[in-house]
Amino acid sequence: MTDAQPILEVEDLRTYFFSDSGVVRAVDGVSFHVNAGETLGIVGESGSGKSITAKSVIRLIDEPGRIVSGRIAFRGRNVVTMDAARLRKFRGGEVAMVFQDPMTSLNPVLRIARQLVETMVAHGRFTKKAALRRAVDLLGRMGINAPKRAVDSYPHEFSGGMRQRVMLAMGFSNEPTLLIADEPTTALDVTIQAQILDLLRELNADFGTAIILISHDLGVIANICSRIVVMYAGEVVEEGPAESLLADPRHPYTWALLNAVPRLDRHTPGEKKLITIEGTPPDPADWPAGCRFRARCPFAIEACAEHPALTAIAPGRAARCWVTQRGGALPKVGGGATAAPAQPAAAARAGVSYAAATAASATRGEVLLDVRDVKKHFPLPKTTFFGERRVLHAVDGVDLAVFKGETVGLVGESGCGKSTLGRLIVRLHEPTAGQIAYGGVDITHADPATIRPLRRRLQMIFQDPYASLNPRMTVDEILGWPLKLHGMTQDGAETSARVRELLDVVGLSAQAAGRFPHEFSGGQRQRISIARALAVSPEFIVADEPISALDVNIQAQIINLLIDLQRRFALTYLFIAHDLAVVRHVSDRIVVLYLGKVMEVAPAAALFDMPLHPYTKSLISAAPIPDAAIERRRERVRLTGEPPSAIDVPSGCRFRTRCPIAAERCAAEMPPLAENRPGHWVACHFPGKL
Amino acid sequence: MSAAAIETAAAEQASPRRRWLRRYGLPLAGGCVILFWFAAALLAPVMSSYNPDFVDVANRLQPPTARHLLGTDALGRDVLSRVLYGSRISLIAGFSVVLVGAVFGTVLGGIAAYARGRAEELLMRLTDLVLCFPPIILAMAIAAALGIGTTNTIIAMLVVWWPKYARLARSLVLVQRSQEYVEAAHVLGFGHAHILFRQVIPNAIGPLIVMVTLDLGNAILVFAGLSFLGLGVVPPTPEWGAMVAEGRELVQQWWVATFPGLAILSVVMGFNFVGDGIRDWLDPHARRR
Repeated sequence: MTDAQPILEVEDLRTYFFSDSGVVRAVDGVSFHVNAGETLGIVGESGSGKSITAKSVIRLIDEPGRIVSGRIAFRGRNVVTMDAARLRKFRGGEVAMVFQDPMTSLNPVLRIARQLVETMVAHGRFTKKAALRRAVDLLGRMGINAPKRAVDSYPHEFSGGMRQRVMLAMGFSNEPTLLIADEPTTALDVTIQAQILDLLRELNADFGTAIILISHDLGVIANICSRIVVMYAGEVVEEGPAESLLADPRHPYTWALLNAVPRLDRHTPGEKKLITIEGTPPDPADWPAGCRFRARCPFAIEACAEHPALTAIAPGRAARCWVTQRGGALPKVGGGATAAPAQPAAAARAGVSYAAATAASATRGEVLLDVRDVKKHFPLPKTTFFGERRVLHAVDGVDLAVFKGETVGLVGESGCGKSTLGRLIVRLHEPTAGQIAYGGVDITHADPATIRPLRRRLQMIFQDPYASLNPRMTVDEILGWPLKLHGMTQDGAETSARVRELLDVVGLSAQAAGRFPHEFSGGQRQRISIARALAVSPEFIVADEPISALDVNIQAQIINLLIDLQRRFALTYLFIAHDLAVVRHVSDRIVVLYLGKVMEVAPAAALFDMPLHPYTKSLISAAPIPDAAIERRRERVRLTGEPPSAIDVPSGCRFRTRCPIAAERCAAEMPPLAENRPGHWVACHFPGKL
Repeated sequence: MSAAAIETAAAEQASPRRRWLRRYGLPLAGGCVILFWFAAALLAPVMSSYNPDFVDVANRLQPPTARHLLGTDALGRDVLSRVLYGSRISLIAGFSVVLVGAVFGTVLGGIAAYARGRAEELLMRLTDLVLCFPPIILAMAIAAALGIGTTNTIIAMLVVWWPKYARLARSLVLVQRSQEYVEAAHVLGFGHAHILFRQVIPNAIGPLIVMVTLDLGNAILVFAGLSFLGLGVVPPTPEWGAMVAEGRELVQQWWVATFPGLAILSVVMGFNFVGDGIRDWLDPHARRR
C-alpha cells in the first residue's frame, strides 16, 4: 500500500507556548513523514507533545502558542506560511481531524444534517441537495442505523460511539487525503472501540486515505498502524514499522511503555509485578540537557549526558538513543508464549444455585462479602405529567461472594452497573431489593450509625484522582480527619505520626503532609487516595477504576502498589475496571456484568482460556494487544450495535439483542447463572457454543 | 526563528509592569478607595474639624472655602464632617446586610442542595416566594412597617437579601455534592453536618466571596436609597443618602448633595473593582491573560 510517496513531511517542527512563567517547549524539533495511503501511529504519554504536533500540522495552535520554526509540507506546499483562505481550503478539504471527546466536538444546538452539509458546502464541492444525500450515504457507510432519521437528530440523541461515527463522517465528507485522529477511541468502551478501529481500517483501505492515529494505547496503534512514531518530551525518540518496533523496541522509553502494560496474550502465573520506570516526564519549560529520558532510563550510560540525535539504526528504523545506536540491546521481558490453560480441580456441583454454592464452599475460606440477588433501580422523572414513571435498572439481581484475601475483578461496558454495584457494597446507595452481608452482618438497610463501625473495615478507592480529593484540605487533614473520627489516634502527635507512616506506605515523602492535592500529579494523587482508604486499616477495598485516568507507566506503578499492599496488609479487593488485561493481571476471580446482570463468573485464567459466554468472548476479542503481528492474525468476535438501554431491558437473556448465537429460546427465557465447570459459572443457554 | 528571536518574542509579550498594572491596577485602586473610607469611618473624629451635628445657622449654605472644605448645609453643618461620619453608617449597614444575608442564604441553600427531595423543594420555593417581590419595594414596605431607624432598615433589607445567596449556594453545592471526594467522606463514615459544612461549603466559597464583595457596594447603595426616601436613619444622623435628599432641591448650593453623592459613587465603585479583581483571581481562565 505504501508506494513511498510522502504527502506530509514535517521537518524540525518547534511549537512553543509563551506563557507568563516562561517558554514552554511543547514540541521541540519533531520530524516525520506520512506516505499516501499510509497509517501512521504517534504514541506517547500525556505531555509528550503528540497532540500539539497534530494540531500544528493543521495550524490549530492558539495564542500564546506559536510555531516558531520548522517546515510542514503537504504535497509540497508549506502549511506554516499558508494564508487564511488557503488554510481554510486545506483544513477540512484535504486534511480532516477527529478529536478525542465526541461529546464536545459536535455543536449541540445544530442538527447532524446541518453540521455535515455545512462542511461539504463550505468547500464548494457540493450543492446543498447533493450534500444532504451524501450526508445520509456517509452516515450509513459509518455504520449508523437508519441514517435518514439520524441526520435529523441532535448530537445529544447519540451515544459516544455514534457521535464518533458522525465525526468520522464529517471528516470524510470532503474525501480528504489525510485524516488525523487524536485519541479517537479513548473515551469509548472496548467493544465500541473495536468497531471504530475496524471502520478506520476499512476507510483507509477503501478510500486510500492516509491516517495519523494519535494514542497512548499501544494496542490500538498496533491494531491499525503500519508505522509508528514514539514521542517523549517534545521529541521523536523512535520510529519504525509497527511489527518490528513493537516486537523489538530500540529506545528504552518504548521498551518501558511496552512492558508497563499487562498483556492478554501473555501471563506468567505467580508474577504480578509490572516493570515500571521511575519518576515523571521532565518539565517542558526546562528540558534537561543531554538525553531527555536519561533521568528515568534504566540503561543510561555516560554518553547520555550528551543529547543524542534521531539516527537510523536499521532499515526503516531510527532511534534517539546512544545505547542502541552503538549496537546495545534491550532485554526481552515476558517473552514466553501464552500461559498454560488452567485446570480447575474441584468437582462440579450440579444443580446448585450460585449463591447457595458459594455459601456452602468451605474450602475457600471465609466469605467476607455476600451479596444475594441485589437490585438497584433508579426512578426517572416522568416525561409527561400522566406518563408512566420509568425506572433505570442499574443493578438487577446480582449474586456475588468475595472470600477473604482474594481479588475479584468486575468487568463490563459502561452502563452495565459495575460502579453502582461497587457503591451498593460500600452502602453509598441503598439497595432496592436483595441482601448484602459483610462479615456476617446484614448491612442492606443499615442506618449510618450502625454502619459507622463497619466503615473501618470496608473502604473504597475512586476513579478520578482529581475529583476524589477535597481540594481545600491538606494531605494532613485528608488522612488525619478519618483517624480522629474513628478514634484511632489519641492526640495530634500520634495522628501526624500515623499520617507520615501512611504516606510512607504508599511511597510518598513526609513533606507531602503539608501540601494541597493540586500540588501533586495524577499518580501521586491516586497514592494519596489509596492512603486515605488505608488510614482506617480496612480489610476490604472496593477499587472503582482506580487506574483508568492515568498514564500507562503510572498505571503500572499503581497496580504494583495495590498488589504490594494486598500482600502486606492481607487485603481483599473488589477491582472494578474495563481494561481486561489489567483485570486479568490483578484478579483471582472475574465477574462479567452486562446490563445489571452477571453473565459469567470464573477464575481469571479459566475465563480467558475458555470463555463460555458469548459476551465474555467478544469482550476479550475486542481488547487490543500491543503486538502488530498478533493483532493482524487475531480472529475476532465482533459485536454489532451498542448495549440496549437499562430502562427498557430486553426480555429473556439481556445479551440476546447483540448476541451472534441468539436463538428463540433466549428471548423467552432468562438463562440462570449455572455452574458449567467447577468454579466457572455462566448465564447462557448455549455456553461455549461460540 | 533563531534563539534570540524567541527571546524577543517572549519578551515582547508585554512588559511585566504593564501586565501587572493591567491585571491589578483597578482592583488596587478600588482597594485604596475602600481603605480610605475605612480610615474615615475609624478616624472620623480626628479627620474632621467640626461636630457633624453642630448647627451653625449663621453660616448656612456656605460654598466650599478653606474653613469648610466642602461647604455647609442648610443648617450650617460642615458637609465634610458629615460625609466622613456618614461612612460609618454606610459601611456598617452594607457589611451587616451582606454578611448576615450571605451566611443565612448559604446555609439554607447548602442544606437544600445537600438534602435534596422535600427539604430542597420547601426551602427553594420559600426563596422563590421572596424573589417574587421587587426587592426594593418589599424592603420599603417592611421598613415602613417596622418604623424608621437604622436597625429596622437593616432588618428590612435582610429579608430581601438572602434569597440570591441561597440560590447561588444551592447551585454551587449541587456541583460539589456529586464529586467523588464527597462519596469518599461518606465511605469513611463522616456525618452529614461535617461533610456539608467542613468539606463541601469550603469548596463552594470562592464564587460566594466574589458575590459578597460585588454586593457590598450594592447594599450600601440600596441603604442610601432607602435613606434618601426617608426610610433609613433618624435625623440628624449623618448618612449619605439622607444628605443627598436634603440637598436635592438646593440646585444653587450644589455642594450639599454632590459630595455625599460622590462618596456613594466612590465606595460602590471601589467594592466593584475589588470584586472584579477577586473574581479574576479565583477564575483561572481570566487569570491567564
